[in-house]
Amino acid sequence: MYKVLKVIVLGISALVVSISSYAQEAPKEQVKGLDEQVQEIKGDVLSIAAELKQLEEKLLYPSDTQLAIFVSVAKGEKVRLDAVDIKLDGTSVAHHLYTFKELEALQKGGVQRIYVGNVKTGDHPLLVTVIGKSEGGSDFQREESFKVTKEVGPKLVGVVVAGTGIGSKTITLKDW
Amino acid sequence: MIRLILILACLLLANITQAADLYTAKGLRDVYFAEALYHSFQGDWFEAVARLDTELGQHRRVDEPGLDKLHYHLDQAEFGVGDFELGYRMHLRAGRAITAVIEGNVDEPVRNEAIYRLARLYFQKDQQEDALHTLERIRGAIPPSVRDDLQFLRGQVLMANGRFPEAVHLFKDLQGVKSLEGFAGYNLGIALMKEGKEQDGRKYLDEAGRIPSDNPATLAIRDKSNLTLGYKLLDANDAENAKLVLDRVRLSGPFSNRALLGSGWADASHARFERALVPWTILAGREATDPAVQEALLAVPYAYGKLSFYGRAAVLYGKALESFGKEVNKLGASITSVKEGKFLQALVREELKQDADWVVKLRSLPAAPETYYLLELMASHDFQESLKNYLDLNELQKKLTIWQRDLDAFEDVIQQRRSYYQPLLPQIDRAFRELDSHMRLRLEQRAQVEKRLNAMLTAPRPDYLATAGERIALEKIGGLEKVMAGNGASAETTDRLSRLRGILLWEITTGYDQRLTDAYKDLHDLNEAVDGLKKQYNAFVRTRQAATQSYEGYDDLIRRERGRIISAQEKVKVLMARQGSMLETMAVNELTRRRERLEQFQITARFAIADSYDRAAKAQSEKSVGNQTEKGVGK
Repeated sequence: MYKVLKVIVLGISALVVSISSYAQEAPKEQVKGLDEQVQEIKGDVLSIAAELKQLEEKLLYPSDTQLAIFVSVAKGEKVRLDAVDIKLDGTSVAHHLYTFKELEALQKGGVQRIYVGNVKTGDHPLLVTVIGKSEGGSDFQREESFKVTKEVGPKLVGVVVAGTGIGSKTITLKDW
Repeated sequence: MIRLILILACLLLANITQAADLYTAKGLRDVYFAEALYHSFQGDWFEAVARLDTELGQHRRVDEPGLDKLHYHLDQAEFGVGDFELGYRMHLRAGRAITAVIEGNVDEPVRNEAIYRLARLYFQKDQQEDALHTLERIRGAIPPSVRDDLQFLRGQVLMANGRFPEAVHLFKDLQGVKSLEGFAGYNLGIALMKEGKEQDGRKYLDEAGRIPSDNPATLAIRDKSNLTLGYKLLDANDAENAKLVLDRVRLSGPFSNRALLGSGWADASHARFERALVPWTILAGREATDPAVQEALLAVPYAYGKLSFYGRAAVLYGKALESFGKEVNKLGASITSVKEGKFLQALVREELKQDADWVVKLRSLPAAPETYYLLELMASHDFQESLKNYLDLNELQKKLTIWQRDLDAFEDVIQQRRSYYQPLLPQIDRAFRELDSHMRLRLEQRAQVEKRLNAMLTAPRPDYLATAGERIALEKIGGLEKVMAGNGASAETTDRLSRLRGILLWEITTGYDQRLTDAYKDLHDLNEAVDGLKKQYNAFVRTRQAATQSYEGYDDLIRRERGRIISAQEKVKVLMARQGSMLETMAVNELTRRRERLEQFQITARFAIADSYDRAAKAQSEKSVGNQTEKGVGK
């Protein structure tokens, strides 16, 4: 009943609609074919990316001198990181402000490479500054000094940020 | 509709990220895997795949994989690649990666989870038979985290393959599952209707339409259930119940316009036009680009006409005509704008990418076509896929351009290193060769000394430990003795020489133990110096090698990568043009369809205006004839 009424009120038949929707659905196969080609080129570009990454590493950060610093948040911590600053050998080498997505990724267990560079073998002073909010919502800023010993082969240093509770260290270092 | 799609997309993404959470449950030991996860958790699928692929490739090449930290997470990493590729919408590769996990030597739950994901992939790609066959491979333990989702997927796949009774059975089992609240009921209702059990189906849709919740996804499916049931009832001429059901749809939800329209139709089909005017009038005041609103613009004056308010009807038909005219012009301009490429330009604008609700924001972009009309199209699977492909291609194009510049920079670095090191290295090598031969000689001498000292432990040789002065003195004494022997020296002189020799030999022999100990100490001190020397030597060799390696051996690699980049750029360019043209065609088709519909509405409105004026005039004349008759009778 309402369909008849609809035709009367709108003056439009179901046929008009169906013809138009057919016109819209025509390229279905074409969509699929193109999608497959896009997937293929994505694969090609990913493979170029992998080779370039290796080339870059070999060329700019050879393993003998490579030092990479990674930031992570201790498991189960709800600390909110606003910024991390890294000073190596007295020079500021990395400063990162965190977006919500990045922070969430860290809290889920992801690890961020904040710095990669070259240093000589031997000891290097490392100063890490963390600015953020504790789980209780209060602002905090912590600074810790460490000594990183670079030997032959790449050095992968982990900076782990934990809560600001009494007796616990906010910033610790780990070797990956 | 758009919001529902966004909600469903978020749910799908949530599945992927929930699954990703599983990777970190046992703690991560491989930093590169953890880094890939960091990117995947942000939805940066390209980086996630690229990094994990590289890490897996390196792991496969190492001589002792057991020493590589990735071996602790190898299964998860293999799985992760498939997951990330799925996120990056590389379904073919993801399918292959997941299949590899299924066919690999993995635990039953891991294998079953992989099968679930592969089936979901087939389902999303509309390969329903493949999805079904894949699900049939599930055997044994299923991880609790995917158990309900798996059953839900199984039900959907069975429905898509027309096996409704089995789907009904599955959806019934899922009725109490909180995470699927509303979704299981809605699908059960639809499956029952498809099976031919119309009444039972309606019952479940009705239940799904009454679920109390404040979860946006549940609210959306509740509205959808009510809308679907409402229109089913309308089709079945049960307008009374249809109205009750349609009125349950939230007035602010994505389905509200169609619900208001249906509610009006329910009243109108029982000729209760004054009641139909309530929802239709609300609807007519909404955004004029919505198809339901456009229908309402014609329905409202129709209802007034039916209530014999012909003048009001004529005025409202006029307003509808004016509105349709404006919209037709906008659509015409939009079609031109799309054809001029402005739609594609709008799609790739950077500011959109900062906003999760970018499809909605797209409407308000200046210098963009009227995207309101494209919202429905944008919600369609094909368009979404094409659009995402276009955006991905655009990103690839940018990456390739940057990489080409990177290669230029690399070549510069190499060139600078070459021009710095090449003139220096021959001199350095020469000096090094000299030092090297000195060093070898000294090391040989040291080895001799050590050998001799060791031999002296079993066969003492005090003379070996005589000092240089003692040796000289002994030689002088020997020389004097010879001279004296030839010249016939006095006994006294010979005695003196003998005494001197005796004193020296006494010193050498009695001090032998101490001297041997001192010699060992000296050798030990020498060892330390030699170790330091060797370290320096090795450091030099490494640095020397690094100097050559810093500029040698890159040319072919860079040339090859440059060639690959150029070739990829050409392919991306072609594909972008084709994908863009497809999007434009889809957009133009949609806009044209909407324009044709509005043009049809314009014709209807014009006839209806004329008809309303006729009826109004006729009513007026009847009224005036009636008045005159009354006057005549009165006289």
